[in-house]
Amino acid sequence: MAEYIIRRVLQALLVLTVMTLLVFFGVNVIGNPVYIFASSECDQACLSAIIADLGLDQPIWRQYLTFVGNLAQGDMGKSFTHGVPALHLIFERLPATLELAFAALVLALVVGLPMGIYAGLRPDGWGAKLVMSFSMVAFSLPVFWIGIIMILTFSVQLGWMPSVGRGDTVDLGFVETSLLTLDGLHHLAMPAFTLSLIMMAMVIRLARAGMREVMFTDYIKFARANGVPERRVLGAHALKNILIPIVTVLGMEFGGVIAFAVVVESIFSWPGVGKMLIDAIAVLDRPLIVAYLICVVFMFVTLNLLVDILYSLLDPRIRLGGGRA
Amino acid sequence: MTPVLELCGLQTSFVTPGATIHALRDLSLSVARGEILGLVGESGSGKSLTGFSINRLISPPGRVTAGEVRLHGQDILPLSEPEMRRLRGRKIAMIFQDPMMTLNPVLRIGTQIRDALLAHERLSDAEIRTRAIAALDEVGIPAPEARLRTYPHQLSGGMRQRVAIAIALLHQPDLVIADEPTTALDVTIQGQILALVQGLCRDRGTALIWISHDLAVVAGLADRIAVMYAGRIVEEGPVDDILDAPAHPYTAGLIASVPVPGQRGGRLQQIPGRMPALTDLPPGCAFAPRCARATAACGTMPPLTPVNEARAVRCIHPLGQEVPA
Repeated sequence: MAEYIIRRVLQALLVLTVMTLLVFFGVNVIGNPVYIFASSECDQACLSAIIADLGLDQPIWRQYLTFVGNLAQGDMGKSFTHGVPALHLIFERLPATLELAFAALVLALVVGLPMGIYAGLRPDGWGAKLVMSFSMVAFSLPVFWIGIIMILTFSVQLGWMPSVGRGDTVDLGFVETSLLTLDGLHHLAMPAFTLSLIMMAMVIRLARAGMREVMFTDYIKFARANGVPERRVLGAHALKNILIPIVTVLGMEFGGVIAFAVVVESIFSWPGVGKMLIDAIAVLDRPLIVAYLICVVFMFVTLNLLVDILYSLLDPRIRLGGGRA
Repeated sequence: MTPVLELCGLQTSFVTPGATIHALRDLSLSVARGEILGLVGESGSGKSLTGFSINRLISPPGRVTAGEVRLHGQDILPLSEPEMRRLRGRKIAMIFQDPMMTLNPVLRIGTQIRDALLAHERLSDAEIRTRAIAALDEVGIPAPEARLRTYPHQLSGGMRQRVAIAIALLHQPDLVIADEPTTALDVTIQGQILALVQGLCRDRGTALIWISHDLAVVAGLADRIAVMYAGRIVEEGPVDDILDAPAHPYTAGLIASVPVPGQRGGRLQQIPGRMPALTDLPPGCAFAPRCARATAACGTMPPLTPVNEARAVRCIHPLGQEVPA
């Protein structure tokens, strides 16, 4: 187990190195951020002062080494535009994104799992066809379009739902959440639903496919032949077997959902990290972009690790740790 | 005394909008208390389907379309699904072919025994434990307490089949349907499992239907055998009588196909051709196209005719009679 985790961390470090190199040199090629945010009255001397202050007068490889040195001490640099540590900015806005992604995940499971199981049990019924059509639509339609249509329908036309922001939040001391107020949930509903659609479609398809496969296995027949009630056959004997692929895919998707909540956050003006990233890219705020991406890599690695651990809990045949079984 | 199980003119069909295929036709047999009936035939002859027709676990679109399944003289076909569930495992138990597939891979042995127990009895956790340990002990599993916490993949094939047998016999069923339970096992383990099932059924007076394609196994185990071909019984009677003097040419072919020790080097006997598909049965005797004794009269289906009070055969030209030229 320990060996396994160490290997995972080393892999993550490699990914981090490649990613920071790409972003560092990539953003450098696009343009000089100073010209974007320095005021128009700023003369050459003033510009040089800013450039020197940000360390942009150094050759790019030296900038990179400085950055790596700082990173090793836990310092990801200050945002060019905000002048505060980039990590601080990210942590300030991450809870809103996590909340959105978590709500989307729960929605995808709570709605998608029963729908998929139902479709798997009665694959020829019209109900199953309806479910599968829904999953196809949810999977195919672009997220931004769905978001805009939802705002048009429920906010503009019907006036039922708010279209902007988080609504009332409750301060829990360490984090603010809109999950605990009615107004917050009201605000959360549409963006969370929009964000959950792709995951939901995936859960439906995986649950259906898994169910169709599992229901024909001997162990399900054996459980039935022993008179085990149908509810228990489905709820324990079958469900635990179909959860394995679902956990894998959702675990990997969840990282993606957090990282790319960008679109949904922009549409619903959700004050999360995704929206922050878009703003940072617009002004070439390199430290903020790099810091954000480091966080994303960290998240992916952690999530994959969590999935592997969850996996071994669900399927006893999988035991983590090297080649030894 | 009423037999434990009687099948009377059973017909099982697969009904689809396009076509109806009769997989079992005019199937009648009976098993008495403490009796072991060997049900023999090639793959596709309908022997496994007979087992599933008895406890009504045929995968759709298959279902029993005619005849009666009498348990202690009472037809159980009209029973509702919940009533049927209460019979499964309690009155009619089943053991499957492949012990690797029969036990649910993601549930502990203890959980699977517990589910089978709770399907028919209300028990406390302590009682469940006692019963489970006793059941595992009875089928010769060493250290049964420790086994409760293991998963199926941690046990060998023979051990798994013992667990499956223990589960099937938990409620002291009146009838056990064993669907080739030794086919997937090593020969030495086969012998142990055979002896185990034989012993347990004999002690409790359980009626046993042993489905097999292996005449050698059935010869040493069964009291009576029924030979199936293309969904019908073609010959039935006491095991020794039939093995010594088969009346149906197909039975004779099956017996001749068993390799005999001490006759190495010689060509093995074969039955020419293969069993016709159920969708493409000849009008009369289904075996006629492969039969050396077939005449024009075989173009009509012969009834299952008694040879003496214990035996019956479905053949116009049974062995021991002259075939008219």
